[in-house]
Amino acid sequence: MQRVWTTIAGIAITALAGNALAQGTLRIGMTAADIPLTTGQTDNGGEGMRFMGYTVYDGLVNWDLSSADKASDIVPGLATSWSVDAADKTRWTFKIRPGVTFHDGSAFRAQSVVWNLEKLLNDKSPQYDPRQSAQGRSRIPAVASYHAIDDATVEIITKIPDATLPYQLAWIMMSSPAQFEKLGRNWDAFARIPSGTGPWKLTAFVPRERAEMAPNTAYWDKRRVPKLDKLVLIPLPEANARIAALRSGQVDWIEAPAPDAVTSLTKAGFIIVTNSYPHNWTWHFSRIPGSLWNDIRVRKAANLAVDRDGMKELMSGLMIPAKGVVPPDHQWFGHPRFNVTYDPAQAKKLLTEAGYGPNKPISTKVLISASGSGQMQPLPMNEFLQQSLAEVGIKVEFEVVEWNTLINIWRAGAKHDNVHGATAINFSYSVQDPFLGLIRHVECDLAAPAGTNWGYYCDPEMDKLLGEIRNAFDPAEQTKLLQKVHEKYVDDALFLMVAHDVNPRAISPKVKGFVQARSWFQDFSPIWMAK
Amino acid sequence: MASLHAMLIYTLKRLLYVTPVVIGVSIICFLLVHIAPGDPLSAVLPADATQELVDQMRAAYGFDKPLPVQYALWFWKVLHGDLGTSIATGRSVASEVMRAVGNTLILATVATVIGFTFGTFFGFVAGYFRGSPLDKVASLVSVLGVSVPHYWLGMVLVIIFSVELNWLPPTGAGPDGSAAWRPDAEHLRYIILPAITMSVIPMGVIARTVRALVADILDQEFVHALRAKGLREFGVFRHVVTNAAPTALAVMGLQLGYLLGGSILVETVFSWPGTGFLLNAAIFQRDLPLLQGTILVLALFFVALNLTVDVVQTGLDPRIKRT
Repeated sequence: MQRVWTTIAGIAITALAGNALAQGTLRIGMTAADIPLTTGQTDNGGEGMRFMGYTVYDGLVNWDLSSADKASDIVPGLATSWSVDAADKTRWTFKIRPGVTFHDGSAFRAQSVVWNLEKLLNDKSPQYDPRQSAQGRSRIPAVASYHAIDDATVEIITKIPDATLPYQLAWIMMSSPAQFEKLGRNWDAFARIPSGTGPWKLTAFVPRERAEMAPNTAYWDKRRVPKLDKLVLIPLPEANARIAALRSGQVDWIEAPAPDAVTSLTKAGFIIVTNSYPHNWTWHFSRIPGSLWNDIRVRKAANLAVDRDGMKELMSGLMIPAKGVVPPDHQWFGHPRFNVTYDPAQAKKLLTEAGYGPNKPISTKVLISASGSGQMQPLPMNEFLQQSLAEVGIKVEFEVVEWNTLINIWRAGAKHDNVHGATAINFSYSVQDPFLGLIRHVECDLAAPAGTNWGYYCDPEMDKLLGEIRNAFDPAEQTKLLQKVHEKYVDDALFLMVAHDVNPRAISPKVKGFVQARSWFQDFSPIWMAK
Repeated sequence: MASLHAMLIYTLKRLLYVTPVVIGVSIICFLLVHIAPGDPLSAVLPADATQELVDQMRAAYGFDKPLPVQYALWFWKVLHGDLGTSIATGRSVASEVMRAVGNTLILATVATVIGFTFGTFFGFVAGYFRGSPLDKVASLVSVLGVSVPHYWLGMVLVIIFSVELNWLPPTGAGPDGSAAWRPDAEHLRYIILPAITMSVIPMGVIARTVRALVADILDQEFVHALRAKGLREFGVFRHVVTNAAPTALAVMGLQLGYLLGGSILVETVFSWPGTGFLLNAAIFQRDLPLLQGTILVLALFFVALNLTVDVVQTGLDPRIKRT
């Protein structure tokens, strides 16, 4: 009898103690249609990096995701510091953080950095992975060569002096060479049992359906060891399915709720978190010969045809109307002369001047996606644009593809077969560093396959400004130059400037400790679930 | 029942006739890659592939050979179970398709049980009580079944049973996804809503068919004769069933074929990881090998199902003379 009572007491105590320690399971509904690539250099854009990049992996350079009130900037990650040689500004030295291990227990050293760069850049290396290379190569155009000076130091040489290198390297995730060898040098096997240095370990993975992660208790940054027991990711690309999943309690957090569900979600007790962040939603114009967008009057007319305040109403207030390529309060905004506003009369006038009108109508095709990281609500927003442009005489037809496919078409450039004759692509861009925000879209040398100047835009004047930025190692000087570049973007109406996102998420009130950083990425480590 | 010997001959003959159908289906699936606009290679290579890689792939895929040779090579691989590699995920198409087919089979089975049971029931009720209010109600239900857009119905069921009442989950195949699926209570909760949604169309079609068959049979002279001879109602019922069965089975077979194809719409609404969901993903991702593989497998299922229905029908009904 006594044994029975002891057992019962024992079980009760364990259960209670277990509850005190258990910080819960967070289940997230993503907009991605599949689990992002798990091997290191993930796909699915910013959402992929958010959920499968900075969780399971780190870069030499990470982002500071601890504050909701100030801009997020880069901080040391697997590199404790870096510096550029004063005499030769193409030589960079990175000091490697000591004592870091991968999830499989092997040590992270300078040689691991070299191995990972080879994985992306050298197609003769045994670890070369075409899929990771397709995602990562265009992020580091500056890198010319690299080698390990010793276990704790890596030297990276750039093609030309480039002050934006640390921003580029923040995108490169470090996969474990030892794990790759152990699994028979097979990336498909690695995808099922990945190994990085990040705060989370992937513990379960059902393709297209579900991924589960558990904390890496040996993580090198003790402040960022996750509090949760488990993090679960579920792909739910359909907006209604995401809302149903949240409302029914199947998930605790959804990305990008549909704006017209916001009222009912708030009434039901869910919390909508938003914050400004460096984001730009735009139509990237093709500038290849024959494209209608080569005429500045047509580009300006399109920009003047859009009622951005009306679109904001359509989005239930969840957007910032664009006045340029970066948000109006951004440090690079500058003082452009072209006023991006709603003026359909002026738009029609410009189109007439350009030779178009009822007798010579304009008709074109634009590539869009149905969902995706940073794409906000692509279908209603694009239909709004289609209607606005039709009202000034520009007829637009859409080709709708899945998000990851759109990314591939974006990388392929406007001349590629897959573009199917479209003259613009609806894409959302991060503007959190000079390269991502401004340089990569317009530099002459960065057309496909070298980079993501999708439209093949080339202007020597712009290239000159970009060259000056690369050589501006002083932040104040760099900012002034970036303002000049931004002014040129706006005055030449290089893109269709539409909107900036506010990063909305709908979260259950049980989710505690989340700090929404002003970034495309978020830190899941401080989160815990209330009962 | 037709003699076993005749049945065997008939079955073998049908198997022989099915071969050109299979080949025809495979030719169409193969040509999909070439019908799609642009260089078929551009659909299977990464966007920034080097010219060297392009040439390598061209030789590997055999795109430099004449079309009939390409087809023969592809078909040879298919016969060995190699359906190529998915562009989007890098995984083998055969493994993805087989997993999806398994999931759709589970859903289709439950939907079949619901749809066929209720369809037959409503059909019999309507047929036996034809002309009466019961007939009208049963007919109304079956007409609604085929008329209501089933993906809309699915969303409505989710709103009522998942969001408002919180009785059933809105998406997915199980608490851990489709991995380790078992027919236990937890997993069955996930099947109910999608299965009901998928069952309404077959239910409606079968109800209409059975009603017509039953009404027609009950009007025939032999039924009057049976009753005059004093056969009890249950005995008459058995005769009605055996006479209605062949046609009803043929219709059910076709409906099962549609269900096995998976409904793109229903599986997407419920994120059910079956062939419909896979087709949806393949279409949006322009994943041609995956699309090719999925369509081929589904088409072959359909052919096999038709063959089975034909043979079973012949076995059941001695009046059907087959050549």
